[in-house]
Amino acid sequence: MSHSIDRMKNREDREGSPWTGLTAVLTKEMADHLTGARVLILELLILLTAVGTIFTALKNINTTTDNEFVYLKLFTTAQEPLPPFVFFLAILVPIIAIALSFDSVNGEFNRRTLSRVLAQPVYRDALLLGKFLGGLLTLTLVFSAIWLLIFGIGIFKLGVPPTVEETGRALWFLLATVFYGGIWMALAMAFSTVFRSSATAALASIAVWAFFIFFWNIVVGLLLPVFVPQQITKVEDLVTASQTQQLLSRISPITLYADITTILLQPTERFLGFVLPVQLDRAIKAPLPLGQSVLVIWPQLTGLIAATILIFAICYTLFQRQEIRA
Amino acid sequence: MNNLVLETKGLTKHYGGFVAVDNLNLMMRRGEVFGLLGPNGAGKTTTILMLLGLTEPTKGQVRVLGFDPARQPLSVKARVGYMPDQVGFYDELTARENLIYIAKLNGFPRDVIKKRVENAIERVHLTQVIDKRVGTFSRGMRQRLGLADVLIKNPQLIIMDEPTQGLDPELAHEFLGLIRSLKEEGTTILLSSHLLHQVQVVCDRVGLFSKGRMVLQGTVPELARKVLGGAFRVQIQADGSASKLRQALQNLRDVNKVNLDNGTFEIEAQNDIRADAADAVIKAGGRLKRLNVESQSLDDIYTRYFEEVSHESLN
Repeated sequence: MSHSIDRMKNREDREGSPWTGLTAVLTKEMADHLTGARVLILELLILLTAVGTIFTALKNINTTTDNEFVYLKLFTTAQEPLPPFVFFLAILVPIIAIALSFDSVNGEFNRRTLSRVLAQPVYRDALLLGKFLGGLLTLTLVFSAIWLLIFGIGIFKLGVPPTVEETGRALWFLLATVFYGGIWMALAMAFSTVFRSSATAALASIAVWAFFIFFWNIVVGLLLPVFVPQQITKVEDLVTASQTQQLLSRISPITLYADITTILLQPTERFLGFVLPVQLDRAIKAPLPLGQSVLVIWPQLTGLIAATILIFAICYTLFQRQEIRA
Repeated sequence: MNNLVLETKGLTKHYGGFVAVDNLNLMMRRGEVFGLLGPNGAGKTTTILMLLGLTEPTKGQVRVLGFDPARQPLSVKARVGYMPDQVGFYDELTARENLIYIAKLNGFPRDVIKKRVENAIERVHLTQVIDKRVGTFSRGMRQRLGLADVLIKNPQLIIMDEPTQGLDPELAHEFLGLIRSLKEEGTTILLSSHLLHQVQVVCDRVGLFSKGRMVLQGTVPELARKVLGGAFRVQIQADGSASKLRQALQNLRDVNKVNLDNGTFEIEAQNDIRADAADAVIKAGGRLKRLNVESQSLDDIYTRYFEEVSHESLN
């Protein structure tokens, strides 16, 4: 007890702000990302998928009948065999985020720059947060550019300007996409703190990604019998079973992101998951206003942001405790 | 202003059960060049990291320029330049960009940065390659850039960890020249090394590190007196009766020991007794052929010390 008080006292004694030098680190990280070949390749990749999927979507949008939310349909409309752009986002965003940060800490170790940087009058806090924010801002920048490009192609091809509602929904979706990336970025950064080898950190991050993409639904299927009765006889059981399944699958950030995508980009969707016919009684099949849609996915959105912060906090603790001698 | 730049009292660092630094007492005065000597793993780097507040001491006190590195790390790090062993840079950036980043981390105003960076680069003679990517630099250039990196903040104290490691003799010599020019300007320097003859060239005082303890401390002649007994070694080759000559030499003042080895007399003395020795040889009827004084070498001190220590531990 007295030890922890001592510690708190020391924390207060610490001179200066922990954020000294934050902007220097942040600008350097962003400059590195934006001029590096790595980000260029990823940008090209996402640019190609964007352009490809948007043009197939445009072919399938009939401007005379689909006159509502056409811009959002650019993200979600697909034609076999190509999935819609949102599907690619769910897959590619983690890869980009991981690629931006899998060597952020151990890279400094291996280049032997860490001790030189930390010998300057800055705290470790500024270094790590600067790296993280630099990555997050890079993501924001890249996705904003893609979003603008999509809207630009839309204006050009559809001939109608986007409505305020559409723009608002696209911006919320952009926010969700950035924090969906944030989770993976924080994860990769945590691995880069734990593992001294960048390749190991990248592989570990990719392993987690693959686990959630390919195996999480199987795991949920295996876990479900543990929580709910085998024999479903009543409606209540059915509801519980469905809710439990949903709860489990939402541990995966991919499910959270998919939920957000559905509600934000398809304004007529008002429920997620299992719904009883009774609940739909007298419901009008009309689009929800933006505020209401945001309300539906509020838990998912805050969940994404909370997970990002949580994983970053873990990474932060690991980094603070690390011995910096190579 | 206090003349003490650095002071540690009972500084101790444990890593789990392993004692990396044990009860270290060290003092450095302004303008002094101090050499930390010792084999790899003796605790030199750990000591340096504690001085900079990059590792917390387990016990003991540190004062660097009047600040406590554990409590006021920013004040310490703003005034102390640290050059780590095998200093690393961002290879994809130019020399200038690398230093600008460091200058920004130091929070220098924008208009000062350019000037400081260029001055520092000029000091280490890298102006011609200032806009080349560091990835293309040789080992020696990197090392010099490391020094420029330190000079940017006009440090009151420079700490260098193994500054000449991995440099070929010529580059090492050149680098030592840079250190010496800093010394002449009155910069206080602490450097660690296991390359003894290099340390001897630039350091005013040295401390011998072994297994986390500072076992010897002082100027090179002081250490020589302590460890080698006689600080001077005079070698004489002469024709004549060996026993007579030996007798004559042994009777000289300040002579501790005379050995005859392969026709050469090895004399350990407290002073430079060359003139007296020559005189004695001639008076004893010998014909002097060679007379040489060996300056006290840290290598000898070091080897002798560790020999003695291992002997003691064997006994």
